[in-house]
Amino acid sequence: MSDMSAPLPGTDYEHSTSLGLSNNKMAMWTFIGSECLFFGALISTYLIYVGRTNEGPTPAGIYDVPFTSVSTFILLMSSLGMVLALAAIQAGEMRKFRTWILATGLMGATFLAGQFYEFTVFAAEEFNLTTSPFSSSFFVLTGFHGLHVALGILMLLAMWTASMMGRLPQQLHTTVENIGLYWHFVDIVWIIIFTVVYLIPAATTAPG
Amino acid sequence: MAVTAQEPVTRRSAFRRPTAETGIWSWITTVDHKRIGILYWLTAFFFFLVGGIEALLIRVQLSRPENTLLSADAYNQLFTMHGLTMIFFALMPLGAAFFNYLLPLQIGARDVAFPRLNAFSYWVFLSAGIFIYSGVLLGGLPDGGWFNYAPLNLIGPDPTATEAAGQIAVAEANHISRMVFYSIGLQIAGIASLASSVNFIVTILNMRAPGMTLMRLPIFTWATFVTSFLMLFAMPVIGVALWQLMFDVRFGTNFFNPAAGGDPVLWQHMFWLFGHPEVYILILPAFGIVSEVLPVFARKPLFGYSAMVFSLIAIAFLGWGVWAHHMFAAGLGPVANAAFGLSTMFIAVPTGVKIFNWLGTLWGGRIRLTTPLLFGVGLVAMFTIGGLSGVTHSIVPSNYQQTDTYYVVAHFHYVMFGGSIFGLFAGTYYWFPKVTGRLLDDRLGKLHFWLMLIGFNVTFGPMHLLGMDGMPRRIYTYADGMGWNFWNLIETIGAFIIAASIAVFIANLAITRRRGEPAGDDPWDARTVEWMTTSPPPHYNFEEVPQISARDELWHRKYVGGATRPPVRVPAGASPDHDPGESAVDDQAQPAHGPGHTGHADIHMPSPSYYPVIAAAGMPIAGWGVYAGGPVQVALLALGGLLILSGLFGWVLEPSAEEHA
Ligand code: HEM
Ligand SMILES: [Cu+2]
Repeated sequence: MSDMSAPLPGTDYEHSTSLGLSNNKMAMWTFIGSECLFFGALISTYLIYVGRTNEGPTPAGIYDVPFTSVSTFILLMSSLGMVLALAAIQAGEMRKFRTWILATGLMGATFLAGQFYEFTVFAAEEFNLTTSPFSSSFFVLTGFHGLHVALGILMLLAMWTASMMGRLPQQLHTTVENIGLYWHFVDIVWIIIFTVVYLIPAATTAPG
Repeated sequence: MAVTAQEPVTRRSAFRRPTAETGIWSWITTVDHKRIGILYWLTAFFFFLVGGIEALLIRVQLSRPENTLLSADAYNQLFTMHGLTMIFFALMPLGAAFFNYLLPLQIGARDVAFPRLNAFSYWVFLSAGIFIYSGVLLGGLPDGGWFNYAPLNLIGPDPTATEAAGQIAVAEANHISRMVFYSIGLQIAGIASLASSVNFIVTILNMRAPGMTLMRLPIFTWATFVTSFLMLFAMPVIGVALWQLMFDVRFGTNFFNPAAGGDPVLWQHMFWLFGHPEVYILILPAFGIVSEVLPVFARKPLFGYSAMVFSLIAIAFLGWGVWAHHMFAAGLGPVANAAFGLSTMFIAVPTGVKIFNWLGTLWGGRIRLTTPLLFGVGLVAMFTIGGLSGVTHSIVPSNYQQTDTYYVVAHFHYVMFGGSIFGLFAGTYYWFPKVTGRLLDDRLGKLHFWLMLIGFNVTFGPMHLLGMDGMPRRIYTYADGMGWNFWNLIETIGAFIIAASIAVFIANLAITRRRGEPAGDDPWDARTVEWMTTSPPPHYNFEEVPQISARDELWHRKYVGGATRPPVRVPAGASPDHDPGESAVDDQAQPAHGPGHTGHADIHMPSPSYYPVIAAAGMPIAGWGVYAGGPVQVALLALGGLLILSGLFGWVLEPSAEEHA
């Protein structure tokens, strides 16, 4: 991120690191390793509590799987957008890059809007943070995931703005790559959440 | 303060880049790993003194039966804060102080990979300490013990114990706020540890001097590396548990509340899944320190370097599979108990490897009985006692007798005080001359050591006996006639002997600051490259990045011979003020800044920054927001979030280093 300044010997510069991998990228992978445990703990909690519904809604009773499938699809497509954005900046096509980065952010925002809508519907059906261990673990898990998406959108928007102001030259494509890593990770976590939180419990607890 | 895009210095940043090189602002905005290390040490030592005063109060209260110095409530807060302070605000950051100061020096780098992230870690750690202690003004400090078991952490004080309805409401509100301070305070501290772990891992993997292969890393650097991985993976687990606790106490979720279907044992699992790796986070830095100190003062290489490395890794791996040994009494069933009992006994094996290797290092060495060596040997001896009592805990039937008694208190003080603290003092005496350029007084140091060793054993040794005799831990007083009076009094006396030893240490610091013996670059005839540069090192660490060709690089530069004939000292480049002489490795030394650049004027170091402090300051403010209610809550949360975000954005947009004019 500090490419415009004179290089700090041994930092930030790919060719001078011991392993030849940029520091930023390695930091992102390291951080993602930590995040795996973060979401792992949240998902485990959910799995322990999925059956504890306190006479409140059950997974099969509350989830709208078709709706969530659509928003999941949109989030997945945003990963495609990220890939195309990265390819564009690597190829030096800055306009295309901006288009895709914005599209990625928009898809993320659509997903978030869907989540927000889902939460309001749930609240109207008396399914909220305090209903049951099941509800608590659901909202805290998906809420933290949503927060990660929101942070990702902020970063995408920041990149878009920087690019508009001419501060994201092509050489900075590694920054895009790193943020892309984060974005893909958040998507992959959602695939796990969608499967483990929505699909399997909804199928296994379905009435009849 | 406006953005003036034309000016080179303020180009991409809301503030003019800080430029002070001395004075308070230079410390607040510093990104120099050495200064950050010093800040870490001073702050952690301050918290160590606070935790120590709390311990003295606890001991005074327990010095005789039915004492009324402290109320039950005050006692609960004191022992909880004593534990939290020592673990999260003294031992961990003392370890971080050594990591910060030494890591780049030991691998021949000029700084860590992310200097501003490093500053951020320090300020976040400090704000966590301030936040958790601010509870004292806002309803009281956490009082549920350092592991804060559910449902105690949800229910709080027994409502029937207080008569008036008004008092119940107050007690409940206080309880909630105490748990908010616990959960958010530790959450913030965890963010600091997480940030440093990422930083250190990348630094070790990527910033090594040429020739510094992994198996040539100084063993302390290995300890840093392994500890960082433990932090990286343990912090998110406790982070999740703390969020869940915060939601339970403040926003009515049902994670741990059995009355609403939650599972209190889940808290125990999450806590100890973090908690056992945490105890290795506390001890491995000290292990790394003694593994550096013993070879230097035995004048022999570390015995079994690779075994030392692999036992570190083995401990870190096994450390993830033993957590339920803290929960035998929770009733997990015979299969789980047997499995966790066994895995706990296994972990003693790599630990034993380390102890024997230290003995092997000392064996046959030409020992110099200096203060660092004494503390190092103190660790080996005291930790062994603690490790053995740990193995006795792992035998499940025996554990049922010991758990929640003073026997466990004895165990973890032998490992954490007898182990970590002794090791950290060994490191303090050993590296003090590198940091300040002056040696700590050795006679006072020895007095410190012996007072501490005696005081420590007088305090914690008898706890084994009291525990066996059934004295429970975490009681604010005990009845006369239990047979516990004598040892309790002795323990309190021991605690004051420890306090006296710390006073000697502080006196030593004060005296040495003024008229300590100048150290020179390499006062101990040491082995690793941090002793090649001046004491204190210049802010760019090394004139020239050293070329590494051996484990114990510096020793190999100073001596020839070794395996076949007695080592002979050569006049080669121990430091810039020695003549580089004939040493073959020296001609290959890397120029500091690419070919054609020599001399420090050209070494480009990262510039100081305001943003880490700004981002860190937002965290406790948001935390007070969770504590508060109504519009104040919204305002504080917004302000805190704004500070964090603007700090981070400003940080990303400003370059790591300014160009020279
Ligand atoms: C040979 C290595 C070790 C073994 C076999 C071991 C074993 C144990 C066991 C079984 C317990 C649970 C006792 C109970 O609550 O009933 C325990 C508690 C504890 N251990 Fe260790 N331990 C070892 C090393 C360490 C180290 C290195 C540290 C810290 C630096 C440490 C810190 C603690 C603490 C803080 C507790 C008490 C937790 C509490 O209940 O408050 N142990 N240990
Ligand atoms: Cu343990």
